[in-house]
Amino acid sequence: MEIEKIVENVAFNLLKQAVIYLPEDVKQALKKAYEEETSETGKTQLKAILDNIELAEKYQAPICQDTGTIIFYIKAGSEVKGLEKIENALINATKRATKEVPLRPNAVNPFTQKNSGDNTGRFIPFLNWEIVPGNSLELTVMPKGGGSENVCVTGMLVPGEGINGLKKFVVETVIKAGAKPCPPNILGIAMGGGTDIAIKLAKKALLRPLTEPNPDPEIAKLEKEILEAVNMTGIGPMGLGGKTTVLGVNIEYAYRHPASFPAAVAFNCWAARRASARINADGTVEYLTHKKGV
Amino acid sequence: MAVYHLKTPISEEEIRKLKVNDVIYITGTMITARDQAHRRALEYFKQGKPLPLNLEGLAVFHCGPVVKKEGEKWIAVAAGPTTSTRMDIFEDEFIKAFKVRVVIGKGGMGKKTTDAMAKYGAVYGAFTGGAAILAAKAIKNIRSVEWLDLGTPEAMWIFEVEDFGPLVVAIDSHGNNLFLDVQKKVEENRQKIYQKLGLSL
Repeated sequence: MEIEKIVENVAFNLLKQAVIYLPEDVKQALKKAYEEETSETGKTQLKAILDNIELAEKYQAPICQDTGTIIFYIKAGSEVKGLEKIENALINATKRATKEVPLRPNAVNPFTQKNSGDNTGRFIPFLNWEIVPGNSLELTVMPKGGGSENVCVTGMLVPGEGINGLKKFVVETVIKAGAKPCPPNILGIAMGGGTDIAIKLAKKALLRPLTEPNPDPEIAKLEKEILEAVNMTGIGPMGLGGKTTVLGVNIEYAYRHPASFPAAVAFNCWAARRASARINADGTVEYLTHKKGV
Repeated sequence: MAVYHLKTPISEEEIRKLKVNDVIYITGTMITARDQAHRRALEYFKQGKPLPLNLEGLAVFHCGPVVKKEGEKWIAVAAGPTTSTRMDIFEDEFIKAFKVRVVIGKGGMGKKTTDAMAKYGAVYGAFTGGAAILAAKAIKNIRSVEWLDLGTPEAMWIFEVEDFGPLVVAIDSHGNNLFLDVQKKVEENRQKIYQKLGLSL
């Protein structure tokens, strides 16, 4: 089969998997949160979340009606032939998934306010390319919900404040976000680079499973420290009060200019959807996040 | 925390009984309205044009559902709430103009809406954000859709629902607002967090 057709089929399957089945690490974190939550109202929210996850699987329907803005991450082996056809394949997969899964049409022209009706439009779905050695193609889809997107921020910290400045920035951002991003959330945090680099890294950090801390032990320690701190806010599930505000914190960084300390916080809602697959040179496909396929 | 099962049209008297943290389930008719439908409904009201249906005693749901059409019939596939704060700029006028008794959404609403709910007799029912299938399964019938030119998320969907919930009463008609209470506690917790992280306020 031609690469364009394979990519379209795989991307369609990934979109379907992502919006119906939460990744195992997210499900486990929500179950643990339910067991440990002490607020009665908070517990009702986590119970509704867990019931909803089961119903979505049972009825093969999207977990959340906001099936997000469609973002792809592509790790393309430099030896893969036909890379120029992939963008079109991903656009076609998105249109097909919108009709067949179905997904909610979420692509609106910001000038005319018209919804395209098929989740595609200028720069949408958005493609993040990475060229790596080899002959395989790794595809990841992140259907990114709007509620959690609305509270994502980038900021310029004072370099002299160092990591303390970052901690303060994150705590204030979580407090300000409150109930809006559908807590319990996952936080992707990035420091360094420039504003664009920081928010890109922060968003990409949302793809890292909750069971995988940053490989650098010092950064992993910071992830844990920030997680414990933001869960002391008491915002709780859906902002109705409780001890589970954030399920996990993933931090990434880039080197920064001496005079600049850019930082970014990306939020994901509890419906932290993602799905990945690898397409090998011989056309075989391995589903990486959803092993059972669809 | 009491549990109530309410049927539309809901009277002001029934609403006045509810207190924050109570849980309600609704049976009857509700409409969806997000930013654009709120805006249009209020424009109609100002021009003296009638809405597609009388909203008195009904529930308004901040929701842009995933729907599919089977033959001539619309089916709700997934229908969780959207963030309600965006509708804060319309909701006091909306409650006053149309006498809806329950506003359903996620994330809570502000002081202006809380005041209108106290004045005219309405409550805010928080539905778990993202719990879209739980909601869709309580929608027994889509009676019709209005203003589809706004796009499916922004259109006004008219649902017949059965035991739609659980909805946590997060704003009651006595001026209480659970979200603002939580926010107050969060403000108090900030100092403890700063201490733990070794930061100065």
